[in-house]
Amino acid sequence: MQIQPILAALRRHRLATALIALEIALACAVLCNACFLIANRLAQMQVNSGVDEAALATLHLTGYEAGQAVDLNARVQAGLGRIAGVQSVSVINAVPFGEHAGTAGITLDAAGKHFGGVVDFYVGGPGSFKALGLQLVAGGEPQADDYRPLNDFIPDEATVWVTRALAGHLWPDADPLGKEFWMGKSHFRVGGVLAHLVRPSGGEGGPDTVEWSVFVPAQPGASLAGTYLLRADPRELPRVLRDARAAMTKIAPDAVVDTLGSQTISDLRQDYFRPDRAMAGMLVGVIAALLLVTALGIVGLASFWVAQRRKQIGIRRAIGATRSDILHYFQTENFLIVSGGIVLGMVLAYALNLMLMTQYELPRLPLYYLPVGALALWVLGQLAVLGPALRAAAVPPVVATRSA
Amino acid sequence: MLGYYLDLALRSLKRNKALTALMVLAIALGIGASMTTLTVLHVLSGDPLPGKSGKLFYPQLDPQDMDGYKPQGEPPAQVGWIDGMALLHAKRARYQALMTGGAVPIQPAQSAIEPFFENARYTSADFFAMFDVPFLYGHGWNAADDEAGARVAVLTRELNDKLFGGKDSTGQTLRMDDVAFRIVGVLDSWRPTPHFYDLMTGSYSADEGVFVPLTTATDLKFAHNGSTDCWGKGFSDNMKTATCTWLQFWVQLDTPAEAAAYREYLLNYSREQQALGRFQRPPNVRLRDVMGWLDYNKVVPSDVRLQVWLAFGFLLVCLVNTVGLMLAKFLRRAAELGVRRALGASRRSLFAQLLVEAGAVGLVGGTGGLLLALAGLWLVRRQPSDYAALAHLDLPMLLATFAFAVVATLLAGLLPAWRACLIPPALQLKSN
Repeated sequence: MQIQPILAALRRHRLATALIALEIALACAVLCNACFLIANRLAQMQVNSGVDEAALATLHLTGYEAGQAVDLNARVQAGLGRIAGVQSVSVINAVPFGEHAGTAGITLDAAGKHFGGVVDFYVGGPGSFKALGLQLVAGGEPQADDYRPLNDFIPDEATVWVTRALAGHLWPDADPLGKEFWMGKSHFRVGGVLAHLVRPSGGEGGPDTVEWSVFVPAQPGASLAGTYLLRADPRELPRVLRDARAAMTKIAPDAVVDTLGSQTISDLRQDYFRPDRAMAGMLVGVIAALLLVTALGIVGLASFWVAQRRKQIGIRRAIGATRSDILHYFQTENFLIVSGGIVLGMVLAYALNLMLMTQYELPRLPLYYLPVGALALWVLGQLAVLGPALRAAAVPPVVATRSA
Repeated sequence: MLGYYLDLALRSLKRNKALTALMVLAIALGIGASMTTLTVLHVLSGDPLPGKSGKLFYPQLDPQDMDGYKPQGEPPAQVGWIDGMALLHAKRARYQALMTGGAVPIQPAQSAIEPFFENARYTSADFFAMFDVPFLYGHGWNAADDEAGARVAVLTRELNDKLFGGKDSTGQTLRMDDVAFRIVGVLDSWRPTPHFYDLMTGSYSADEGVFVPLTTATDLKFAHNGSTDCWGKGFSDNMKTATCTWLQFWVQLDTPAEAAAYREYLLNYSREQQALGRFQRPPNVRLRDVMGWLDYNKVVPSDVRLQVWLAFGFLLVCLVNTVGLMLAKFLRRAAELGVRRALGASRRSLFAQLLVEAGAVGLVGGTGGLLLALAGLWLVRRQPSDYAALAHLDLPMLLATFAFAVVATLLAGLLPAWRACLIPPALQLKSN
């Protein structure tokens, strides 16, 4: 296929050619960045909570008298333990994807001069560590005497378990085992490192902080009550949770079950990421509409050109060009225009990404998005031009003999 | 003349239905997407109290100790009890109110309604006058009630409907957390958006249902909702002496001179407290008005801004598309335009004729865009965010949709119309 005559013809339609190329370029820029945003949302939604989500549910009670808290804990733990299928019941202050309960700033010295960051404290009673199914990467599980009585919401002195992500932030080059940190007057010593444990309501300081969690073993008491962690076989969990909620009217008639907060961890996770799914859905919609409009634009302009050149096509056919010559002519022409648009589009995509990076917490656009976006637009262009090109190929040679 | 051009435009649009439909579709999709996102942005970044917000100011002080001190850093977002009460009692502004959010258990007298938790606002008396809160029945309480810690309450219309079936309930008793309160007033519908006076309890969340004096709520140790930031000795059971900030303080200052004077007063107050040894940091105050405070706190969710950017990128693609299609359409009619030129029509009138055609496309596209925007907003309202219910098209946005569509299409039509007018009439006539 000779490119020279195609370029010569395009030079006579500079404005229309430039417009299609510009449209392709803009589409390329928006397409690459929208895909990148979707991929980012999906990656955030894949976060590893570090707990056995499928086997866990939480029950949250409110409205009881503060003086009744210790008694309530005993009644609920005993009562829920009797429900068929329950593997364990433990007291905890918060669960992943639920309401956050113990968010506080920590310091690396007793005087409180060296700020370590804002972290989330999971305060859990006996059995909760095992029930959560936390994976250790260093140290051992909490022992019976690690569960200390509480002062306010946290023990004054405690051995605690931190995530690998938090340990890496606080002590980048040292073994975290045995290291100390403080929260106000409370003093903590690291007894183990967890592979993963996501914060209840996500990171405050961006994506890097979503796993800044600390697990604190503690004895349930007046200020650690009302939230319970149920573990059951994943297949039986929905039924167990239903039974547990229903049993509350007998076990704890003085308390109100917070229905929104009492769900399986999988359901809480679904709810937690619903805005992200909605945003990803909207982005998919934008991409679909964008590709549709671009394709229709190409169809419109190509049809116009075919109609305008009917006579020339007829002459070419009359002097020996085959149908496939004509077809290839329009396909090559489209390929050239789209390629021009893609070159400009890659620059625009990068510029748009840089602009979005200044406004939002977004990483740099990975380079492989550009060839993938280019390929998508080439395919789109070829599909869009196929109809008009086939119509051009169908022009009979006899047209050459007629006057317009 | 316009009528004639319109007639010509309609004939021309009818002649090539596919191309016309493509243009209308492109405009409609672009306008629909951008108006949906713009409407959400418009609703979320709106002025919560039009006409009044420029006179309402949010004073901030810096009472913290020297730990983590940075010169001229942002002072705490709220005030503590001691400073709040001092500024409240100083009465240096036309109106001033000290407040915070909370939740109270409501125990209805009717046994038909189970006890429930209701969001509450604990505030001093000027709240109602300062924010121009409309009353359906009764009125707010006064400063004497504040001083006395009176057991009085004001309900919103919604809560009054729920508890008293919408009847005038002033004078009746409402039990909250086992304490009897006398209802003194019922508000008419009132939902300032954003929830500017307390951004700690959600920028767009539904408002509180009951209002009680701050002094009463603090004496009764009602549960507090929102943020509490402490330093030094920090948190304690007695929030009146704790070194924490947990209250919002608003003042009304009617003129810029009053605002400047109030700022000076805040500086003097800080210096005085520093001299007394209560404040350790050098005076550091802020006095932002409502819109300034909303801007500083970036209340509009970043997802919404991102959606606006995307929608406008999309609109741009649609417009470039329309420019291309219109160019094809106008140039195809070169012969017809050549005849009109040869018969004496000036370039200017040809240009006008083509722009009328573009405008007609814009008008039809705008109608389609409006329908798509309504559908888009319906989708937004089904989204799980606290602002979802607010996404409605108001009259200014409705008119803006049409204006926007027509202007955008006219702009898209400029280049093709100009190119079409450049065609020399003789050449076109000759080639035919």
